[in-house]
Amino acid sequence: MSDDVEKLKMLHRRLEIEAEAQGLVDVAYTTVDSPVGELLLAATPKGLVRIAYTVEDHDRVLESLAEKLSPRILRSPKRLDLARRELDEYFGNRRKRFDLPLDLSLSRGFRQLVQQHLPDIAYGQTRSYREMAEMVGSPRAVRAVGTACATNPLPVVVPCHRVLRADGSLGGYIGGLAAKTALLELESAA
Amino acid sequence: MVKQPFEVAVEQHGVTVLRVCRALLGVQDADDAWSETFLAAMRAYPELPETANVEAWLVTIARRKALDLLRAAKRVPLPVQDLPEASTALGVPGADDADLWKLVGRLPAKQRQTITFRYLAGMSYAEIATILGGTAGAARRASADGLENLRKELAHE
Repeated sequence: MSDDVEKLKMLHRRLEIEAEAQGLVDVAYTTVDSPVGELLLAATPKGLVRIAYTVEDHDRVLESLAEKLSPRILRSPKRLDLARRELDEYFGNRRKRFDLPLDLSLSRGFRQLVQQHLPDIAYGQTRSYREMAEMVGSPRAVRAVGTACATNPLPVVVPCHRVLRADGSLGGYIGGLAAKTALLELESAA
Repeated sequence: MVKQPFEVAVEQHGVTVLRVCRALLGVQDADDAWSETFLAAMRAYPELPETANVEAWLVTIARRKALDLLRAAKRVPLPVQDLPEASTALGVPGADDADLWKLVGRLPAKQRQTITFRYLAGMSYAEIATILGGTAGAARRASADGLENLRKELAHE
């Protein structure tokens, strides 16, 4: 049995290489360990498209990617090498800004606009939902900013964890409040 | 019903496809057939109907790819009489049924293929008939004849 398991692993690696060479991998993914739990990383040829916490249920996230993007999804870690390295550096206090191609195609309109501007909040800083609404030029769209943060497909890299309630309390977070606290503590310690 | 990520098809049916490839080819060529099968399947996957039986679909592709490889190798164009001697890791790996599968390899083509699809790929006779042609009844008879031949052979051993 172990022979077949090894053989299938080898065949899978060969499939990853050949499918990538033939342009068949619409979404490549892998999982990585981090201080905030195992993270699912997924990328299209354009860039990193999804980061998911375990509480989101990785299988369900992949099914949703199959529906929204393409079912041609393969576990193919190589495409995620850069993202994995930058995340390692970030969690190791050696990186304050992510510098890798992102694919924001899972969001549209105002949500995408907010997500594009979230990296404007510097490392270690925080903003309120209202301040964020002002930053994108829609000061009354506080609730919509909250939704944009809650539906951020790229948490950690697109730093929605830096947006808090006006009274300084945490607000919600896609990865759970413990994860949000952990990221804010990581950044304030650096 | 939502279509699963392709990775799920590889995880769930990779072993079955490998066994089918090994039953139709040798161990070496089976690897190539496996790769060709999943590349072709991945290419066509978005068009596969959501209600399709993914395993039966993959086995169909695997059989076609195996026959392509046999032809490319300029062996007898259609069913080989003998399976390569190397195909010993078939069936339940680690089990002592290598001799049995060697005997399966000596069966007439139709019986061999039917038994492979039935007992390695777990397909129904109706599914086998859609791949090999003919009726489900014919597939059932070929399978029964094959088993009968195997029993005789085993009694001789």
